[in-house]
Amino acid sequence: MENETLISVKGLYRYYGNYCAVKNMSFDLNRGEILGFLGPNGAGKSTTMQIISGVLAASKGEVRVAGHDISTQPRLAKSHLGFLPELPPLYHDLTVDEYLLYCAKLRGLSRRSALNSTEHAKKLCGLTQVGHRLLRNLSHGYQQRAGIAQAIIHSPSVIVLDEPTSGLDPIQIREIRNLIRELGRDHGVILSTHILPEVQSVCDRVLIINQGELVLDKEIDNLMDKESKQRLKVAFRRPPSEAELLKITGVLNAEQLDSSSFLLELADDQESLDKLVQQAVKSGWGLNQLQVATDSLEETFTMLVSGKREESAQIHE
Amino acid sequence: MNNIFTIATHELRRFFKSPLAWIILGVVEFLLAMFFLLLLDQFLNPAPWYAGRGVTEIVVASMFQESGIIILLITPLITMRIFSEERRTGTINLLLSSPVSLTELVLGKYLGLLAFFVIMLALIALMPLSMLLGTPIDLLQTASGLLGLFLLTASFAAIGLFVSTLSAQPAAAAIMTFGILLMLWIINMATNTGNETTRLVLEYLSLRNHYNNLIVGVFNSVDVFYYLIVSLTFIGLSIWRLDMDRLPA
Repeated sequence: MENETLISVKGLYRYYGNYCAVKNMSFDLNRGEILGFLGPNGAGKSTTMQIISGVLAASKGEVRVAGHDISTQPRLAKSHLGFLPELPPLYHDLTVDEYLLYCAKLRGLSRRSALNSTEHAKKLCGLTQVGHRLLRNLSHGYQQRAGIAQAIIHSPSVIVLDEPTSGLDPIQIREIRNLIRELGRDHGVILSTHILPEVQSVCDRVLIINQGELVLDKEIDNLMDKESKQRLKVAFRRPPSEAELLKITGVLNAEQLDSSSFLLELADDQESLDKLVQQAVKSGWGLNQLQVATDSLEETFTMLVSGKREESAQIHE
Repeated sequence: MNNIFTIATHELRRFFKSPLAWIILGVVEFLLAMFFLLLLDQFLNPAPWYAGRGVTEIVVASMFQESGIIILLITPLITMRIFSEERRTGTINLLLSSPVSLTELVLGKYLGLLAFFVIMLALIALMPLSMLLGTPIDLLQTASGLLGLFLLTASFAAIGLFVSTLSAQPAAAAIMTFGILLMLWIINMATNTGNETTRLVLEYLSLRNHYNNLIVGVFNSVDVFYYLIVSLTFIGLSIWRLDMDRLPA
């Protein structure tokens, strides 16, 4: 059960005319896993998610949902799938109850179980109070929740969420993240976002996409822990040379950023930091800034999408 | 089958959620009631050239004739949002990611649309039928006319449905539907140009010609098949068109 593959994508391509939106993408998603899709705007996140959900057809490649090929067995594959598009697919002239009931029936539930699962989905998404209100009159946050409720109403194995927290306030974002974490326990979840901390706090694995290509597929834990060194940004009033810094034991690498500041990589122990500070005092460099450098996901992301793919591959592999 | 039914009832319910459906029903009924009164008046004070014609021919047949034209005018307004709105608001993604085939989707939408038109036709039919209180009418001719009106409406609806898959803008879909319907309605007027074959083809293509046969009580399977062919063709085109949207260019 634990390692059941829910989504398998192999060699996926999608063209819009001559423009290639998705290039040779392959990845898997297991049950109990939350996958974060990260990429700049226009990277092909939405297109990939739409192909997985069967909204678009692939130009080439294979997508299997819960073991069923989405193009040859669409009905079976789609019954295991819940999809929240970027724009929640709401009928604004219906009430929340009517809407969710319709969605449940569309997913093939009988009337009785549709009613039950409507109640359940409303409870999960905090919509119980607004069941009788028209979707049109709900705030953006509640509309977004209705969109999520629609995607989970038939308790599908795979839940695909395209920017589930966009346009929400911080409290709502926290609630939705908790909900996603909960769902991720016994479903497989793919979510796209361009909020980096969201991936770090919610996802088990991150996929970074740039210009339609998968440039990174890694467990979040690996991404964080692999760094057995600490990165510091330091600045001095009377800066030494890079060579002088490298002489200090524990300094693995030094890179001059501007006339007074450096990016240092230190061995991951307290001692090397002590040594650095002692040396700075002794030589009178006038240390005036000491700052832990940006977190590694953001750095990885920036590197990958700004075209420094080869370099980063060397650093992280 | 279940899916078709779910989509059809959803569609019908949503029609009546918007004031548009009620307004359309009200206006159509009001206009036709006026025609009905005028026709009744003509029947009660017949002009000399009405000599030898019965109430069914003077009132019922003319009533159906007017109904056909009015339905032609309002069909674009009813069908325009069927798919274009789904595309504009993104709800089409819900349908496409659900375990529902495109055929079921289109048929469900079409049946919901037909159900709405059946309600409208029932309201229209009540007017001529109310004459039964005072005078016998030719029920078979009335039935044939009603069947004709239903088939005509069904083909209008199929054409409108197809056009709404073409554009994400309801207004654009409405204008296009109106253009196509009107062209097919009057196309037989062009029959005195061109040669014999062109004349026959144009006459066959006209939505109005086949309808005229049915409302005067001439039940010919050719006419019935004509409407079925038109409806099925445009339903098929709708499915094809939605599939095209998914496939890469």
